[in-house]
Amino acid sequence: MLVRLGLPLSLLLLAALAALLLALGVGSAQISPAQIWDLLQGEGDALARTMVMELRLPRALSAFAVGGLLAVAGALMQVLLRNPLADPYVLGLSGGASIGALAAMLGGLGGLAISSSAFGGALFSTFLVFGLAHGSGGWTPSRLLLTGVVVAAGWGAVITLMLALSPAERLPGMLYWLMGDLSYSRTPWPPLLLLLATCVVLIPLGRSLNVLARGPQQAAALGVAVRPLEWCIYVAASLLTAAAVTTAGSIGFVGLVVPHMLRLLLGNDQRLILPACALAGGTLLVLADTLARTMIAPEQLPVGVITALLGVPTFLFLLYRSR
Amino acid sequence: MSVLATRDLIIEVPGREGGTPLNIAIEPGQVWGVLGPNGAGKTTLLHTLAGLQAPRSGSVQLNDLALGQLRRRHVAQRLGLVFQDRQDGFPATVLETALIGRHPYLSPWQMEGADDYARAEGALERLDVAHLRNRLVSTLSGGERQRVAIATVLTQAPNVWLADEPTNHLDLHHQSAVMALMGEQAAQGQAVIMCLHDLNLAARWCDHVLLLYPNGEACWGPRDSMLVPSALESLYRQKLAVVEVDGAPVFVPIKG
Repeated sequence: MLVRLGLPLSLLLLAALAALLLALGVGSAQISPAQIWDLLQGEGDALARTMVMELRLPRALSAFAVGGLLAVAGALMQVLLRNPLADPYVLGLSGGASIGALAAMLGGLGGLAISSSAFGGALFSTFLVFGLAHGSGGWTPSRLLLTGVVVAAGWGAVITLMLALSPAERLPGMLYWLMGDLSYSRTPWPPLLLLLATCVVLIPLGRSLNVLARGPQQAAALGVAVRPLEWCIYVAASLLTAAAVTTAGSIGFVGLVVPHMLRLLLGNDQRLILPACALAGGTLLVLADTLARTMIAPEQLPVGVITALLGVPTFLFLLYRSR
Repeated sequence: MSVLATRDLIIEVPGREGGTPLNIAIEPGQVWGVLGPNGAGKTTLLHTLAGLQAPRSGSVQLNDLALGQLRRRHVAQRLGLVFQDRQDGFPATVLETALIGRHPYLSPWQMEGADDYARAEGALERLDVAHLRNRLVSTLSGGERQRVAIATVLTQAPNVWLADEPTNHLDLHHQSAVMALMGEQAAQGQAVIMCLHDLNLAARWCDHVLLLYPNGEACWGPRDSMLVPSALESLYRQKLAVVEVDGAPVFVPIKG
C-alpha cells in the first residue's frame, strides 16, 4: 500500500525538482545546476544570485503553486460534480476573476489592486453560481454545472464587451492576463502555503472522497456525511481556484487535463490522485512558464497558450491509448 | 430486542395522502420481504429505514436509538443497503468497489489493511465474482454488477441488511445463490429486509412479509398469514394460480 502511494509520488516529486532546477537555470543567462547549488547556499556571482533568487525562483515557485492549485481544484470539482468535464473554471470562477481584473486595469490601477479585484470577482461569481443553483430546494451536480456554465458564458460576453470598449494601449496587458501570465505574481508564499495546507487537510478526507465519487446515496449508506463534505469540497475548490487566478490570471487546461492524465496512469484513488495532482500540475506549469519566457525571448508568451499546446496533445494521446 | 423498529412511520411519497402508520419490529435472524406493485413506495421505505430519506412522520429505531440522531458512520457500521440502481460514478475496479464496504470502520488516517483486503476478497469469492477483481465495474454485465454490489455490503458486514430487489438482473442460479446468502446471514443472527417482485422467492426464503399498497396502506406479519392468494390478487390486481412445489407455494399469474 505504501509502495503503491509512495512510488508514484516520489517520482513526481523528482520530476518537480528537476523542472524547478530547469526553470532556475534557463533564461537570458544560462546557469548550470552546480552554479545554482552554489547560489542557493549564498555563494557565487552576486548578479547571478539576484537573478536567480529574486526573479527566477519566486516566479518558478509561483508557477508551481498555481499549477498545483489548479490541478487539485480540478480534481476536487470532478469528484464534486461527478463529471469528468468539470474543471476549476467551469463554475464561472475565472470569468468573475477576469472581470474583476479587467475592470481594475481599465481603471488604470495596477499590481495589488488587480489581484484583489480579481479575487473579489472570483468569490462573487462563486456565491452567485451557488446561490442561483441552490434556488428553492437543493442543488444537484447537474444543476450546479449548468448554472456555472451559463454564468461563465455571461461573463464571457461581458469580457468581450470590456475588451471592445478598452483603449488600444491597454489591450495587450488585458489579453495577457486572460491567457495567464506569471509576471504579475510577486511573492510565491501565499499560494504555496495554501497548496501545502490543502494537501494536508485533504489526505484524511481522501477515502471519503473515493466513496463520494460513487454517488451521494452510496456514500451516505457507507457512513459519509455527504452534504458537509460536498460543502467542504466546493469551498476548498473555489478558494484554490481564486488564489490561482489571482496569482497568475486565468490559465486553462491544467485543471482539466492534469487530473485526467493522472487518473489514466494511476487509477482513481483520491488519496493518491490529489497529492499527485499538486506535484504534476505544479511541474507542468513550471515547464510551461519556462518555455513561455524563453521561446521568443526577450518577448514572453502567455503561459496559458503553452499549457494548452502541451496539455492537449498529451491528454489526447493518453485518452487514445486508454482502455 | 428488535434490531430495527419503526414507530408510527409514514414514508414520504409525493402526492400520497395518509397511509397506514408502520409499527414493525424486526428481530435478529428474521428475513422480511417487502412486496407491492410498482410505485407503492418499496424503495422509499427501504431508504427511509436506512436513514437516507426523511419520513413524513414517525421514526425509525436502530437498536432502540432514533436513527435520525445517530452519526452516519455509526449507522453504516450496523446497517447496509444494496441499491436497486447503480449510480454511475468514477471508474473503479471490482476489488476497489468491494473495499469501500470497509469505509465505515476505518479512521480517516487509516489505510485498508490485510484484514480489509481479506474480507473484500472473501466477499467477492462468495458472490462468484473474484475472477473479475481487476476489471472495471463499468465493463461488467448487469448481473455481475449486482453481485459486486452485494459483495460490497457483505464486506461491510452489517447487522441489518436492506436489499432493494437483490435478485435484479441475476440468472436463476445466482438468484437462488443470493437468496441462500441472505438466509445464511439471517441464520448467523443478522436481520434481512428485502424488496422483492418475485412472490415465489418471498414464499421460499422470507419468514415475514410486508404488503405495501399503492395508496399507502400496508399490512405485515408472518409469511403464511400474508401470502394469501386473495390478498396478493388485490395487491397486484392480477389473477393468480397457486400450486405447491417442494413444500412451498408457487404463484403463477393467469389470464382474466
